[in-house]
Amino acid sequence: MSKELIHLDSISKSFDGQMILDELDLTIHENEFVTLLGPSGCGKTTTLRILGGFATPDTGKVIFDGKDITNVPPNKRPLNTVFQKYALFTHMTIAENIAFGLKIKKKSKQYINDKIHYALKLVNLDGYENRMPDSLSGGQQQRIAIARAIVNEPRLLLLDEPLGALDLKLRQEMQYELIRMKNELGITFVYVTHDQEEALTMSDTIVVMNQGYIQQIGSPEAIYNEPENAFVADFIGDSNIIPAIMVEDKLVDILGTRFACVDTGFGRNKPVDVVIRPEDVELVTPADGMMQGVVTHLIFKGVHYEMEVLAGGFEWLVHSTAMWPVGQAVGIRVDPFNIQIMNKPESEDEEAVAIDI
Amino acid sequence: MKTAAKKIYIAFIILFLYAPIGTLMVLSFNASKTRAKWGGFTLKWYIDLFHNEEILRALLNTLLIAFFSALAATIIGTIASVAMNGMKRRTKSIMMGITNIPMLNAEIVTGISLMLLYISFGMKFGIGTILLSHITFNIPYVILSVMPRMKQFNPSTYEAALDLGASHTTAFFKIVLPDLFPGILSGFLMAFTMSLDDFIITHFTKGVGVDTLSTKIYTEVKKGIKPEMYALSTLIFVTVLILLILVNRSPDKKKS
Repeated sequence: MSKELIHLDSISKSFDGQMILDELDLTIHENEFVTLLGPSGCGKTTTLRILGGFATPDTGKVIFDGKDITNVPPNKRPLNTVFQKYALFTHMTIAENIAFGLKIKKKSKQYINDKIHYALKLVNLDGYENRMPDSLSGGQQQRIAIARAIVNEPRLLLLDEPLGALDLKLRQEMQYELIRMKNELGITFVYVTHDQEEALTMSDTIVVMNQGYIQQIGSPEAIYNEPENAFVADFIGDSNIIPAIMVEDKLVDILGTRFACVDTGFGRNKPVDVVIRPEDVELVTPADGMMQGVVTHLIFKGVHYEMEVLAGGFEWLVHSTAMWPVGQAVGIRVDPFNIQIMNKPESEDEEAVAIDI
Repeated sequence: MKTAAKKIYIAFIILFLYAPIGTLMVLSFNASKTRAKWGGFTLKWYIDLFHNEEILRALLNTLLIAFFSALAATIIGTIASVAMNGMKRRTKSIMMGITNIPMLNAEIVTGISLMLLYISFGMKFGIGTILLSHITFNIPYVILSVMPRMKQFNPSTYEAALDLGASHTTAFFKIVLPDLFPGILSGFLMAFTMSLDDFIITHFTKGVGVDTLSTKIYTEVKKGIKPEMYALSTLIFVTVLILLILVNRSPDKKKS
């Protein structure tokens, strides 16, 4: 792992007596694409605002490259922000918008012109220098907002749900654009979103947050395949979260049926939660199944069929390219390595809350 | 048929509204000194008007007071709007109420209370007291036209300016102020107009020998109406009309 760039040291913040962040610790490395992911109100935007200098933590420190910048105002920080609603200066042309930061730093005219040209090229909006922001589409305005931030050569770029206002197609395009820009510029990105797909697509590291706590930090693969608790499992993609009992190492009792698994170290006869992704549930004829059930719902989703199977008193969510009609008796099989075992939440804070997204 | 009726109705409304002013305007070009008969077209009264030193001094006073009171009120009102925008919802609506009251208050009450205030402070009546009074009654109009603009302002543009390295002062002058400008301009023009045609408050707060156009006309009329006064009133009406058109158009211009 490369050099440490930013360290948040037990940051707490509350507004009007309501705790938003509780002793949050987070380390971000140089040249990393970090995504803060969570439902609204989880504290991700507050974390970003503390990084940007727009909010001061009640306790804790922000360490940037070894220096304490907790009380440094936003205009003195070596980082830039791309705001949620672009926040372009509507009375200025595109070129003036991009030049804003450079003019304040009193750069030469030649330098500024070169930078404007370079930045517009980078965001694929060559020749837009003299347009006004209002005459651009949402996606173009967002690119300008990015250009305006990166011309200042920040060491860290903060992005606050920058694609939230764009339509699906444009959003996907911009995701690739952002990855490309990040690789070209070699800047560290901290990206805030509530969109799990966006997080999985772009990030090197995902920080899943809920109610002011970090739930899990890890690579997209680790977050998706090995969620540490029910909240993460539920928030990232669809999943079946089933209460179960860990009989012994590599053997779990799910709804009265014993399944082989690969996890160890949970102890004997311990209550746990298991996560099984819908695409990992295999439907077979009843005789071949480890459990038997009946298909209760069937929806065609394009890439696959989404089915619900009632088995062992639990509605299993199943994704499959093969179709099983409603009312059909089926068998369920799950490969041992597709069963993810999680400890039951120990405190209320860790507990998965109802997600309204 | 229906549209014809509508048009006639509108025509009557306009006729009744503007007939008196129209009469005045026509008479200001009447060569005959009596109001009863038309003695041919003349610009004599306008020429006389501009040779009357007392009236010219009153005009100069009016314009100076209008300009400086509008300017001061615009600055104070804009700063007040920025501050009020940062307040909590409840405090803000209380403040808005307080600033709105002077606009609804009867002018004669405002005029007399300002006069009493100046007397109790032992102030000398003159241009200074008129100016102070005009600034006072102009501030609410500025706030009223800046506040809606302020509400539309996206606070993250201010944060974006800070983020790009601007100090609070730079961010305010380069980002916030240009965005509020249409509101500020229409506030200024509104204040200018209000000051220009104020009579009652000026009447109570001016000193002896100092006159604005409206108080001048009032004194002149007491001596008997001279046709120059028609000319003067016409000019005031036209000026106010033009200013009002400007006030109404200025926010739209920015949008297009």
